[in-house]
This record gives sequence, C-alpha cells and structure tokens, in this order.
Amino acid sequence: MKQLSPATRARYFRRQLVDRLMGGLCMLAAGIGLVLLGLILWMLFSNGLGGLKLSVFTNSMAQPGADGGLANAIVGSLIQVGLGAMIGAPLGMMVGVYLSEVGKESTFASVVRFVNDILLSAPSVLIGLFVYQIAVEPFGGFSGIAGSISLALIAMPIVARTTEDILRLVPQAYRDGAVALGSRENEVVRKVVLPAAFGGILTGVLLAVARIAGETAPLLFTSLGNTNWSTDMTQPMASLPIAIYRYAGSAYDEWVSLAWTGAMLITVGVLVLNILSRFSHAAVAGKTEG
Amino acid sequence: MSTPTASRPMIGARRMHVGDTAFRISLHVAGAIVVIVLVSILAIMFLGGRLAFETFGLDFIWGSEWNPVTQVYGALPAITGTLVTALLALLIAWPIGFGIAFFLTETCPSKLRGPLGVAIELLAAVPSIVYGMWGFFVLAPFMSEYVQPWLTATFIWIPPVGDSFFWFTAPPIGVGMLTASLILAIMILPFIAATTRDVLLSTPQLLKDGAYAMGATRWEALTGVVIPAVRGSLFGAVFLGLGRALGETMAVVFVIGNAIRMPDSLMAPSATIASVVANSFPEAEPGTLDLAVLLGLGFILFVVSFGVLAIARLLLHQERMS
Amino acid sequence: MAPMTQEAPKSTREPTRSNRGVPMGAPLVAQSSIAPAATRIALQDINAFYSEKQALFDVNLEIPDNAVTAFIGASGCGKSTLLRCLNRMNDTIPGARVEGRILMDGTDINSADIDPVQVRTRIGMVFQKPNPFPMSIYENIAYGPRTHKLVSSKADLDELVESSLRRAALWDEVKDRLGKPGLGLSGGQQQRLVIARALAVSPAVILMDEPCSALDPIATAHIEALIDQLRKHTCIVIVTHSMAQAARVSQITGFFHMGKLIESGPTDQIFTMPKVEQTQDYITGRFG
Repeated sequence: MKQLSPATRARYFRRQLVDRLMGGLCMLAAGIGLVLLGLILWMLFSNGLGGLKLSVFTNSMAQPGADGGLANAIVGSLIQVGLGAMIGAPLGMMVGVYLSEVGKESTFASVVRFVNDILLSAPSVLIGLFVYQIAVEPFGGFSGIAGSISLALIAMPIVARTTEDILRLVPQAYRDGAVALGSRENEVVRKVVLPAAFGGILTGVLLAVARIAGETAPLLFTSLGNTNWSTDMTQPMASLPIAIYRYAGSAYDEWVSLAWTGAMLITVGVLVLNILSRFSHAAVAGKTEG
Repeated sequence: MSTPTASRPMIGARRMHVGDTAFRISLHVAGAIVVIVLVSILAIMFLGGRLAFETFGLDFIWGSEWNPVTQVYGALPAITGTLVTALLALLIAWPIGFGIAFFLTETCPSKLRGPLGVAIELLAAVPSIVYGMWGFFVLAPFMSEYVQPWLTATFIWIPPVGDSFFWFTAPPIGVGMLTASLILAIMILPFIAATTRDVLLSTPQLLKDGAYAMGATRWEALTGVVIPAVRGSLFGAVFLGLGRALGETMAVVFVIGNAIRMPDSLMAPSATIASVVANSFPEAEPGTLDLAVLLGLGFILFVVSFGVLAIARLLLHQERMS
Repeated sequence: MAPMTQEAPKSTREPTRSNRGVPMGAPLVAQSSIAPAATRIALQDINAFYSEKQALFDVNLEIPDNAVTAFIGASGCGKSTLLRCLNRMNDTIPGARVEGRILMDGTDINSADIDPVQVRTRIGMVFQKPNPFPMSIYENIAYGPRTHKLVSSKADLDELVESSLRRAALWDEVKDRLGKPGLGLSGGQQQRLVIARALAVSPAVILMDEPCSALDPIATAHIEALIDQLRKHTCIVIVTHSMAQAARVSQITGFFHMGKLIESGPTDQIFTMPKVEQTQDYITGRFG
C-alpha cells in the first residue's frame, strides 16, 4: 500500500476535525434544546407547585385576599375545549377521509388540501378576530359558544391532516379485500379502513385537543373570560389561559402565584395528552402486527 | 354446492347506491367547508378593515404614526416589528434547529434518539402563554441585567443608521424586540428541528451511501450530497417556521414592550401586528375606526402569512413529488 | 378415477375459437377422463385498456364449472388483468376500460347495467399476498355475511363461520382462538383464512391471483389440496406463474402472451402436446 503524502494526511486530519467539530456543535444544539425544556419545566414547577392547594380547584377567581382559586377557569376551559373538539374533530375526520379515500388527487381535493395546510399554520389571533366578527358582534356579546367555535376552527385542520396521513398508511390490500367481497365504497371506509386506522386518528384528535387547550389568543376575542362562576354558554366564559393572562401581569402577588399554578396545570395537562397520544399510535401498530 | 347468493338472479341494480351518494356528498361538503372558512376569513378581514383602508389609503401600510388619540393609524411600526422579530428569530433558531435535526438523524446514539425526539416535540407542545410568562419573569430581567448592558458596551462602535437607528445602544429595559426575537426563536426551534428532521429522514439512503462509499465524512456527505438534494424542502421548513413566527401572539405580547412606534434600536420596545391586535382590542368599539384598523392589520397579517405558508408548501411538496 | 359426468365431455377435437396458430401436427391426445361440467363463464371478444394502453386483445374463452381453469404466461401477459375483469375489479382503477361480453348464467356481467357489487358477491377473489383484515378470525369470516345480511341470528352466523373454516381446512387449527387477530396466523393459514372468508358468501366462482407465490412449499401444498377439494363444487380460476402448479392443479389451461390468448384446452394436452409453437416454447422454458 502506497504511503500517503504529508499533504494528503494533513487534509485528511483536517476533514476529520471539521466532521468532529460539526458533530460536536450539533450535539451542543441538541443539548440547548434539552436545557431549554428543562429550564421551562423547572421554572413552572418551582413557581407553580407552591401555590398548588385545594382551593385552586374549589374556589372561583376572586379579589386578592379572598382566597380565590381557578375553579371557574378550569371548568370553563374543559367545557370550551370539549365542545371545540366535538365540533372540530368530526369535521376534520370527514375532511381527512375525503382527501384520502374519495378526492385523492382530484383538483378539488388538491385545493382542499392546500387550504387545510394554510389553516393549519394560520395565526390563531386572526381566527379569534374572525369568529368575533361572525359570532360575537352580530349576536351582541362574547360567549362560550363563540369560544368553542374558534377552538373548533383551530382543531379541525390538525385532525384533517393527521387523519389523511394515517389513512394513507392503511394498506391498499385491505380495501381490495373488502371490495372483492362486494362492499360498497362507504362500507369499505366505514367497516375496514377507519377501524384499521382508529389508533392513529385518535392520536390526531388528542394532539388537536392538546393544542387548543393551550390557546389564549382566540379566546380573548370570543369568550373574553369571566371572573365569576358561569357555565352559561351564551355568556362570556372563563378559561384557564385567559385567567393566567390576566393574573400574570397584575401587581398582586396572590394573583401572580395563581398564574404560575395555572400555567403549571395547563402545561402538565398538555404534556400528558401528548404522551397519551403516543400510546394511541403504538396501539395501532400493535394491532396490525397481530 | 350453490347456496343462496350464487343462485339469486342478478338484478340490474342502480349503479350508484344511495348509501354511497350520501357518503360522497357529505364528504364533499366537509371539504367545501374548509375552503369556505379560508375565503370567509379573508373576506371578513378585508370588509371589516375597509374603513381603515378608505380613510388612509396606502398610508395605512406606510404610515409610521399610530395614535389612537388623534385617530391617526399607520401600520408600519407594527409591520416592522413583525418582520424584524420574525427574521431575527429565524436567524437564531434555524442553525440550532438544523443542528438538532442533524444530530437526531446522524450522530445521536440510537438509544437516545427516541427520548430526544420526544423532548423536542414536548417543547413544541408547551402553550405559548407559558413561553410568554417565562420570557417576562425570567428572560427579560436576565436581559436587562446582564445581556443588554454587555451588548451596548460591546457594539458601541457600530455607527447608527441616520439619526434614528442605534443598533444595540438603548436603555436596558429588558423587554423589546431582541427579547421577543429570542422567545420567538425558542418557540419555533422545535418546529424547525422536527420538520428538518423529517426532510433529512426522507432522503434515500442510496444518496448517502454513494457519498460514504467515496470516503466522505458524515459532515461532507451532508453538505455535499444530502443538502443540495433536499435544498428546496429545507427552505420549505424555514418558511414554515417563518409563517409560525409571524403570527405568534401570546409569547410576544409579554416581552415586546408594546410601544407602537418605529424602533430606534434592536432592543427597543416595539410591537407586532399580533400584539397590537391583542392589546388594542379591548378598547376598540364595534363600528369604529379603532376596530377597523385592527381588522385591516389582521388582513395584512393574513395575506403575508398566506404567502409565506404557500411558498413553504410549494417548496416542501416539490421535493416530495420528485 | 372419478366417474364420467352425465354430459358428453367437451371435445377438444375441433379447435375452439380460442386456438390460434399452426397446429403441431401430432395426433391429438385423448382427453382427461374427469370431464368438467357445463360452461360457467363465457368470455366473448374481450378487449381491455388501461387509459390508452391496450392490455387484452380479442380474448374468447369458456370457463367450465366444477373445475380449475389456470391462466399461465410470462409477466405482463395480461392474465391478471383478465382475472380482474371477471369480478369487475378493474372498475376500481381510474382509466381502465373493458369491452366485450362476459356471460354468466345468461347475463352479461360486464354490462354497464349490472352493479359490480352484485357480481362480486357471486365471484370471490383471493389475492397474491394474504390480506386478512386487521380483525379477529371470526370477524374476518363474518364480514361478508354481515355486509350482505346473509344470516339473521348469531347462531346462524357462528355456524356459517364454522362451516366456512371447515371448507377451507382451517377449522381444526383455529377453533380455539376465533377471537385472536387474523394477522397473527402464519402465511399459509392467512391465505386459507382469506379463502374461508370468500367461501362464507357462497360464491359460484372463486378467482385466485397467484395465491401461493408468497407461501412456502408446505403451505403451497396445503392450498393446492384445498383447491382440488373446492373445485368439486365451485368454479375456480387461478392465475399462476408456476407451470408445475398449473399442471398439478388445473383441468383447463389458457396460455397468454402479450395480451392475447394463444391457446387453451385440457391441461394434459397443453402441457404434453400443445398445438401452437409459442405455447411449446413457453412450456419448455425457451422464454418467460
């Protein structure tokens, strides 16, 4: 074997050095990401845990010194997120089924797909402003319903996209088998394709719920928030993100402490939903591998 | 042994079964709703903001004075704030996000790959209001006490632009464009990392094998072969991050300082379209110019976002097709 | 040896309309003593197109009942396309067009007036790669009967599931685990499951598209034995790229090349004394 010239050897070492250096920088980048996550979670828990007491869940928002809690905000969030998901998820699923099973590559389907992707990343503050114009102003006031609608509009594109993606992964062999047994198009989808994709669709729904649970801006324009206990959907309704928003910038320590606790609760809820959605996805993998 | 089905005479049944027709129609309606929503948003924003455009004409976009008291509204400060914070955020987030993506796909030991991927996605799941709080309570004081004075001192030698823009020379308030850019960067970071990772994962192994077979190092294979092949998609990921950064509200509203005027330094308190809309909304009465300008701002933001997101999609899909 | 059937055996003395090309010149061999019954499906002047590309040219063929008809030929010769014409599966492919008449029980099932769904309840299909649904074994078999409302009670359904699995020679192996996922079975078992699923709707005809190509030799032997059982009561059409399999399993064979039916006739005769030179070339391995 021919001996490498000093120049070649030098070049080789330099290239290795660059490779190692870049690899190291990338590891640094990953480290930064992890450190950030850790910092945020640590900050949330160190500030929020202290204020975590029963009254947070049992008492509604109140003036400082009146032992207020976040009960009405938590309940208001649950109601609006629930309703928003109940409206947005089925609609999103239908869009996903349309794109994957019926429309496929047609022109209309391409347009719907494009528009859906735009809506997916559209600024949520604009969704809020839009729903304000159509559901608040004409009806004379802020309401829980308007809040739910705005959340539904955010959830729908997410569910549509994840549904379409998961349906495309269902093997064509299943559809062929069902067609060969004399199934109609809607039977193939309802009885074979959708059940096969169930886990993945659930993942999408959970991810959408996690996303809308943390949204503040759209609610600012639609349900406004409410310092009193109210489950009336036609009136302004409290929500956890809005309560946090109002309390965090305030001058009262008690309120700021509640803001931290609320922020901690929301983050934990959202992260738990995210992790749950992973298990849902794993469940579908298990089924197909028998 | 022919049993019932086979011996039943074949009826010339209707071609399209009722169940299928209802199925198809309802699905098409769902698709149509999606399109109608988008068109409605554009239309409502435009119609609602018409008063603003009529009152100020093009000066609505170019005007640099935003004064609710005198009812003079020019969107330039908000537009400037939006663009500068988004671009700065991108500048900071992109190399780090890319580094994370490269690490995840190439050099990371396989045991860590899963957990690290999960960690990045959890970072993306954190609600934006939490980022806002973190920025307000942790980052802003940090900036004001350590970073900003240091920046002012270090970069004092940069000549100002005209007599209105002083780069890093500003009172160390803590909140302002720079802090907002940092928060935005952290928010779009996991997003860019995830999208870039997906792009890198989708490059055919064949391409990389070819480079390795010629003795390339990992970095050389990446820069020499993989990146040129997926350049379009990588730009697509960048535009996607930009689209997100442009519209972000809650994280920004806490740390941008909410001063609706042209910034005189990179650290100046400023405003973005989203923050102006969120902050000015409570005082805006329906039917007034105050509300119309917010809707007009919303229209501008939507049009810009639409354009950016459309470009992103085009770039990402182009590669997918080929 | 099975007894002769009542009907006079179809003579292969006269060249059928599907025979083409120059006769070999050798004396015709006496046909097999197991004579297939009447024609189940008659294909007349079939031309098939995928958009602009023509895949089948003027195919004329009669497929007998209670027998196995095999389609053989090189890759891309159109045998799978023809098979899929029989149960209108080509309808699901955009741009596919089938012209000609496919007569079954006096009806042209290729006609636009006939609902393909009706056709598919009478003509079942087994695919190359076993494709049980991601459901339990029981649910797989029950799918067809449930969809077409063939039974009215749970007891009847249980009975139908059991008889279908018995007919597919799978019952003994799975009777204790009907609730387990169908995908948990071995390849050969999955294919028998799919056959049982097809049998559950009692079709007159079963189409099989290279049913053993994804299976090992033992599983293949099981399936072939099953096919031999099934053909006593059902018309079976099988596409196979293995000539040996066609010789083992079928009574009638059709040889295809480039979209045309080159020759068809009793399997014995095709494999020992083919009339057309091209058939001879394929069988001796000169091409394909």
